[in-house]
Amino acid sequence: MTDFEPKIVAFLCNWCSYRGADLAGTSRIKCAANVRAIRVMCSGRVEPAFVLRAFELGADGVLVLGCHPGDCHYAEGNYKALRRMELLKRTLGQLGVGQDRFRLDWVSASEGDHFSHIVNEMTEKVRALGPFKSKEESKVA
Amino acid sequence: MPKLQVALYWASSCGGCEIATLAIGDKILQLAEAADIVFWPVAIDAKYADVENMADKSIDACLFNGAIRNSENEHMAKLLRRKSRLLIAYGSCAYEGCIPGLANFFTAKSILENTYIDAASNDNASKVIPRTLVTVPEGELEIPEFYDTVKTLAQTVEVDYFVPGCPPEESTTWLALEALLSGNLPPKGTVISPPGTAVCNDCPRIKHEKKVKAFHRPYEIIPEPDKCLLEQGLLCCGMATRGGCGAPCPQANMPCTGCYGPVEGVRDQGSHFLTALASIIDSNDPDEIKKILDGIVDPAGYAYRYSLPDSMLRRARVSP
Repeated sequence: MTDFEPKIVAFLCNWCSYRGADLAGTSRIKCAANVRAIRVMCSGRVEPAFVLRAFELGADGVLVLGCHPGDCHYAEGNYKALRRMELLKRTLGQLGVGQDRFRLDWVSASEGDHFSHIVNEMTEKVRALGPFKSKEESKVA
Repeated sequence: MPKLQVALYWASSCGGCEIATLAIGDKILQLAEAADIVFWPVAIDAKYADVENMADKSIDACLFNGAIRNSENEHMAKLLRRKSRLLIAYGSCAYEGCIPGLANFFTAKSILENTYIDAASNDNASKVIPRTLVTVPEGELEIPEFYDTVKTLAQTVEVDYFVPGCPPEESTTWLALEALLSGNLPPKGTVISPPGTAVCNDCPRIKHEKKVKAFHRPYEIIPEPDKCLLEQGLLCCGMATRGGCGAPCPQANMPCTGCYGPVEGVRDQGSHFLTALASIIDSNDPDEIKKILDGIVDPAGYAYRYSLPDSMLRRARVSP
């Protein structure tokens, strides 16, 4: 398991979190290189099916990051995300996908350090858990 | 024109699909006129060996109901695929796994232990559990191997058509049989069902903007007769479920549970339902949202009641 590098898919909202990630880059903040960023217009655009599809295609962890509550560019999109992802989290729990593999959080455009903190923390937690899919399962999909 | 050769089979199912086939009423006579039924364990006395002795592709169409849960189911799926020109996944079990597919929340081991040892009604002091092979004085006995993961028919063999429903409504069954009898077949892979986008389209209840402060289970409230059940806080899967059934459940005051599978273009019915459900919660306060969600006692079991094996994750990750 020593050579296991977790693959983490991060859905980042265009207006806050993607810019937060950008800031982490331009500020040269050190950050685990395990995240595959997918820019969406709003965290409210992220359907639970996107998260499941990421796991199906081989992600070991999934992040959904949006603007802080009250700061959404579209006024209420992140509240939609909050409702959906809370329900999804409970569903994933029943499906044996632990809370450490899936996380909803808020990152503003000025929080490059917060972004790198979340990414590093998630990467280490998922690394400790190991791959989401077994080798046999990966072959089937 | 020679008569069509038709086979019907049940794998892991409850038998409801057999009843649904007969529910077409006197149209069954039209079927008998145009087709010979060569294999149908519930109704005619043909053995597995008879099927094995048939020439490959000699069955024109096989209506296969039931999920694939053990080695016998799998063997028959492969055998009937070889012998049939058209293989039709008939009913929700064959199409998407259905109720037997809920076993994918557990493992074979935990199910057997629960059923044969732990269940309160058991008297099994010597803790006997069925085994695939067992030696008795008379020789070796073999029963089919019980699998960990329930699969759909299409995850096991190639399938030509799907007929949704638990069980399929009479009109849906007849649509499929009519297509077979007339030879006027839709493109391969079609889910044969009367047109209808979602169950909500079939449902006559009056719908407004949906905002829900609390979810209820059917026994907890007496629903108003004409108002959308979801607006009254009942978990109705209508908006995430293929229409064409005519919405008999909501018309009988019961919320749709989703047996016709996902709407066209959607792969994962459960997450589609959860998305819609979360969107109608009338709160922006994290604690209140959690409290409202507590009203949904079994989100995964409810959303994936009929489709867990066919969903994106296929099964729960549980230790054996």
